[in-house]
Amino acid sequence: MAAVDPRTPEAPSGLPRLLAATPASNGPADLAGHRTLMPAPPSPRRGADRALIDEVERAGLLGRGGAGFPTAMKLRAVASGRRRPVVVVNGAESEPASRKDLLLLTTRPHLVLDGALAAAAAVGADRIEIGLDTDEAAGAIETALAARRGAERPSATVHIVRVPRRYLSGEERSLVRAIGGGPAIPALGPRPFERGVDGRPTLVQNVETLAHLAQITAFGGDWFREVGADDEPGSRLVTVSGAVARPGVFEVAGGTPVANVLRAAGGRRDDVSAVLVGGYFGAWIDVEHALPVRLTDGDLAAHGTAFGAGVIWFLPRGACGLRETERVASWFAGQTADQCGPCVHGLASIAGGLVSLVGGGGRDEAARLRRWSDDVEGRGACRLPDGAVRFVRSGLKVFGADIERHRIDGRCDAALDQTLLPLY
Amino acid sequence: MPDPMTLTLDPIACDGHGLCADLLPEMIRLDDWGYPIVDRREVPPQLMAHAQRAVTACPVLALRLRAARRARSV
Repeated sequence: MAAVDPRTPEAPSGLPRLLAATPASNGPADLAGHRTLMPAPPSPRRGADRALIDEVERAGLLGRGGAGFPTAMKLRAVASGRRRPVVVVNGAESEPASRKDLLLLTTRPHLVLDGALAAAAAVGADRIEIGLDTDEAAGAIETALAARRGAERPSATVHIVRVPRRYLSGEERSLVRAIGGGPAIPALGPRPFERGVDGRPTLVQNVETLAHLAQITAFGGDWFREVGADDEPGSRLVTVSGAVARPGVFEVAGGTPVANVLRAAGGRRDDVSAVLVGGYFGAWIDVEHALPVRLTDGDLAAHGTAFGAGVIWFLPRGACGLRETERVASWFAGQTADQCGPCVHGLASIAGGLVSLVGGGGRDEAARLRRWSDDVEGRGACRLPDGAVRFVRSGLKVFGADIERHRIDGRCDAALDQTLLPLY
Repeated sequence: MPDPMTLTLDPIACDGHGLCADLLPEMIRLDDWGYPIVDRREVPPQLMAHAQRAVTACPVLALRLRAARRARSV
């Protein structure tokens, strides 16, 4: 795979890679324009393409949907099943503050489709299901699929499945259930890589992961590693907002420190009091500690978080982090599937406890919230409650001084009508 | 010597009736909302009979005893 046919487009050097502009003026769904950047992916056949999986392993690609799992390991697990695999494109971008997958789906739909076909070729799948949660994404992918119908008819069936815009729609077992015609809520039972869509081994991959997979297939694993760090190879998309002049999606080299992201987005250290790294499944870090941190799962683990889906949100100095934590905790409580008692009742109690903490509840309320967080963790059928309590714990830690300020004054200096973190 | 067993709980099925915590307080306590928090370690032999009773008492069959090496597949 590493040897690139000399007639194929040249591998891009440096950045951007995923966000490289298509030279043609006919919009993102212009297949000919896309092909000036990328050769066509291999056609899926029965049986795995071991050489392609080896190339992905050489690249060291980690999943970009949140869990950061090595993609090659997932490909191998799916390819080793007895039945013909299915590829699921996970385009349900459930993090409210994330926009990267929507950006890829709407501006580089053919790159995502190439990635899905490359994944299908890697595992030997004959069916691709694309789960999407917005009209914009569905429209862009439909147009791109229509553009291929004449030129590059894929040797796999491709369907779009619309799912509701809820946190759980992006959970892999939820998505597999929705594709089977069921509700988009998690279930217990085997993981999709063992038994997923129609009981077949199913590869569920995030949109950005597949876009990288397309480029690795075209340009090779060594090329992929030319950018990024050894422990975080390649580039990554981050969605940056909050106290910055230029919020948006940025493509950065793996292992880039938070400070560089702040600078790229036109933010200044003095305007920021804390950073939410990893989105609502991530954690708050106070600004002093956050800025030098490299964006790798290893470095972020030391701060109780992970890269997640790549959301970086800068809390403006003067805004109330405690209240933002409460708003997100209340949102989490509303995202439960109503299935598991500790999640349904625990997250509601935690959200209520944070409301009272904002109202001046003080240390006793904070201690109770910590105990509830410990009790809820690990007790759902999915990871929703775990993410919620990780986020809440980090807020209790980073905004400890605010808890005291609220206890004394019943509020803080921040404007109470200021609502900042995006929710849906 | 029987295989070591662990308790597993199906959190979707569990309705928080709480009988299990009454019958096996050594390994099961209830959280503030009445749902059982189950000790995931192996059930000691002297508690096996109590554990079995707790499993049988669950009205929705959410609590199970499994061979310890299989318990992770739940």
